[in-house]
Amino acid sequence: MTDAFLPAPITARMRPAHSAGRRALLAGATAVAVLVSVPILAVAASVLQRGDGALSHLVQTVLGEIILNTLGLMVMVGAGTAIIGVGTAWLVTLCRFPGSRQLEWMLLLPLAMPAYIIGYAYTDALAFAGPVQSGLRALFGWGRADYWFPDIHNLPGVSLMLTLVLYPYVYILARAAFLDQSTCVLEAARTLGANPWAACLRVGLPMARPAIAAGVALALMEALADFGTVQYFGVTTFTTTIYRTWFGLGDRVAASQLATGLLAFVLVLVVMEFLARRGRRFGGGGRRHRMLAPLQLSAPKAAAAAVACALPVLLGFVLPVIALIRLHGDGGDPFFSERFLTFARNSFLLAGAAALIVVTAATLVAYAGRLAPGAATTAALRVASIGYAVPGTVIAVGILAALGAADHGLDAWTRATFGQGTGLLLSGTAVALLYAYLVRFLAVATGPVESGLHKIPGSLDAAARTLGANAGKVAVAIHAPMLRRSLLTAALLVFVDVLKELPATIIVRPFNFDTLAIRVYNLAADERLAQASTGALVIVAIGIVPVILLTRMIARDTRRGGRPD
Amino acid sequence: MTFAPTRRTLLGGAALLVASPALLRAQTRTLNLYSSRHYDTDEALYSDFTKQTGITINRVEAGEDPLLARMQSEGANSPADVLITVDAGRIEKAQSLGLLQPFASEALASRIPANLRDPDGNWFGFSTRARVFLVARDKVAEGAIGSYEDLADPKWKGKVLIRSSTNVYNQSLTGSVLAAHGPEKTEAWARGVVANLARPPRGGDSDQIRAAAAGEGDIAVSNTYYFARLVVSSKPEDREVAAKLRVVFPNQADRGTHVNISAAGIARHAKNIDAAKAFLEYLATPSAQRYFAFGNNEYPVVAGVEPPPHVAAWGTFKVDPLNARVFARNNAEALKIMDRAGWK
Repeated sequence: MTDAFLPAPITARMRPAHSAGRRALLAGATAVAVLVSVPILAVAASVLQRGDGALSHLVQTVLGEIILNTLGLMVMVGAGTAIIGVGTAWLVTLCRFPGSRQLEWMLLLPLAMPAYIIGYAYTDALAFAGPVQSGLRALFGWGRADYWFPDIHNLPGVSLMLTLVLYPYVYILARAAFLDQSTCVLEAARTLGANPWAACLRVGLPMARPAIAAGVALALMEALADFGTVQYFGVTTFTTTIYRTWFGLGDRVAASQLATGLLAFVLVLVVMEFLARRGRRFGGGGRRHRMLAPLQLSAPKAAAAAVACALPVLLGFVLPVIALIRLHGDGGDPFFSERFLTFARNSFLLAGAAALIVVTAATLVAYAGRLAPGAATTAALRVASIGYAVPGTVIAVGILAALGAADHGLDAWTRATFGQGTGLLLSGTAVALLYAYLVRFLAVATGPVESGLHKIPGSLDAAARTLGANAGKVAVAIHAPMLRRSLLTAALLVFVDVLKELPATIIVRPFNFDTLAIRVYNLAADERLAQASTGALVIVAIGIVPVILLTRMIARDTRRGGRPD
Repeated sequence: MTFAPTRRTLLGGAALLVASPALLRAQTRTLNLYSSRHYDTDEALYSDFTKQTGITINRVEAGEDPLLARMQSEGANSPADVLITVDAGRIEKAQSLGLLQPFASEALASRIPANLRDPDGNWFGFSTRARVFLVARDKVAEGAIGSYEDLADPKWKGKVLIRSSTNVYNQSLTGSVLAAHGPEKTEAWARGVVANLARPPRGGDSDQIRAAAAGEGDIAVSNTYYFARLVVSSKPEDREVAAKLRVVFPNQADRGTHVNISAAGIARHAKNIDAAKAFLEYLATPSAQRYFAFGNNEYPVVAGVEPPPHVAAWGTFKVDPLNARVFARNNAEALKIMDRAGWK
């Protein structure tokens, strides 16, 4: 009699906790989505107002061009980052050739290089008045009309600059995916007669597709949001046109309309990323996690692989650093002193705090997608991605408007209630800055976290729960170790992005608070590249640290055979 | 580390000041400055002011446009006391957005020429820079080019180097041409300039100068201080660049050369009004004017203060007397004209 009644109470207790947990997750994800969308909506809201007629002016003059340029940028950067990122990831992960171990981490180095800095470096080196062309003219006695030299200040040129600094997004996610692929699936393919190359093309790549799609989407979002590089290169895009419409023409309404047009391009990327995952749970496959034996390449192929992998590092990092060092030797920053260290400290602390906040929010959103699937959760996931491709300038102005309204509302309320206002509590503070970074970079973290969760089989969750573990225990005891690489990847990407961030920081930051990126940009904007090079080198140097840390973590996990069983 | 003082601290301080007038002298006075200047030599300018007055300056430095957006969003609670911009177009825009308040100052009215300040006292110009031509000595004969209008002459096809129409200095220049010639002729002029470009617009003024020295074009359009910087550079290569070029002050035969200003005004909702007034009047003192002149190779606005010798060596020139407010208000229309002309 007693035994007959025992199971019922346990079951009854489990069900409410489970439902409550799901509701909490959904509420959290919704809160994050609302936070992220508020500044963007604050800008978009003015779309509905009647403008000063600037939009019709733009339609007649530059709109066609900016659409073509933006599309061209997307095609070139998308193709470039995919080819370089996936190709190099496959080579260093699944093949062995001289230098492959070193190239594993070196291929991440361009991540530390802001696009506008590489643009300045190549401009300085390759310009008509620069050392390369001047040297050639002196050597061969040429005049201007006597030779042709490729001009990088155009759409292909700026696309190349962006590709060289953005391919690491694809590389890092593709490589993580290749590392995590189940050995037995690839071995089964080989058993059925596929050679190693065919196994990659027909099995490995499709399985890595969610990660590759996420990486390319991130790279393209970053390219769409870029302002400093495309402007310096004289390429007219949505971002540069939004800026000059907002500020030059003084038409906030038309600028918002352009920003809405830009969001249409962003949504294409979000949908692309979503479709790449639809209907596929790649967490399937066997649980054997022994690393696939790396392919030993023949000498000619090994040499070709080494060159193919070294070239992006050379062009995306080594040559620009050499150019910066040369510029630094020409002058360097006169503030290389205590004030400069303050810039560096500000940058580091902001990047660290932002990485923590953004990865936490991304994990919350990704878990909601896993444990509480549904239309509301899907919407929250998609909204979380939008901020990444909105120009920092637009996000910052949206945040100014949103926080300004919040501050004014609170001030008015306390003034009416207590007779004393609160003034500005949020505007112009570090809180505002971190909020800007959350909006801008949540997508950076969401991609790897989601990809990581997708690789954990649902059956593991089910098995754990059958044994009595609740959702919390599943997350802590089982998922956390398995997600470690994804979480660290996400944190790394956010850290480096915040380190390089410019427009939102410039607009939102507190008094007497500058970062290295601002210092570099101010000097470059005032055309003092030699002095800007000092801060640029420091940004690159700081950016290398997380790259090295992540590389070590990946290497250690790999040697242990990947995920624990 | 500490960020900016919290608003509560500031409010508490304000309450103390109101409640205890006797403590007034003991409080540190501050000035909250929003500035789009980003020149290192301004450090000395600010330090000198603090030394003279005991007023500490808190700064946010950013481009003009972000600063205006920020002041708009902050509204009545904005902490800004003074706004400084490096272009007339933007200080006038700040005024049109209602972000400034007038300051009736005898000292400023008597020291600063009428064309360099707002007629209603909302802002004042404290330094100027001329938009000049740097021409290749070996290719452009003396007197061959003399006006902005000449830039559109077909004989200079493939010779003109100038930066983007996104740059506010070019918007203001076009605004001044618009004031002189009206919209139709100005658009024709802009089309002519575009037709004469040596290359699509890119880079900054210094890039134009270097390109002209290297032979990519013959005529670079630039603000004076960029060229002055090269003339006195510690690097031989920079001095060589400067030596190959000659300064031409345009339009000496008619309205004069277009000059732009660094200007400042008191913010509409300034909390530290007395400090703001003191700062603006300080900027017109001989010592501050010398910082503008010798620190960043700009022209002082106050009579009796000379530009540095290497700038004075270019000679005196007739200045276009057009009030900065006029070409400033023309900026939006100027931008549309440049768009229609294909000036990227």
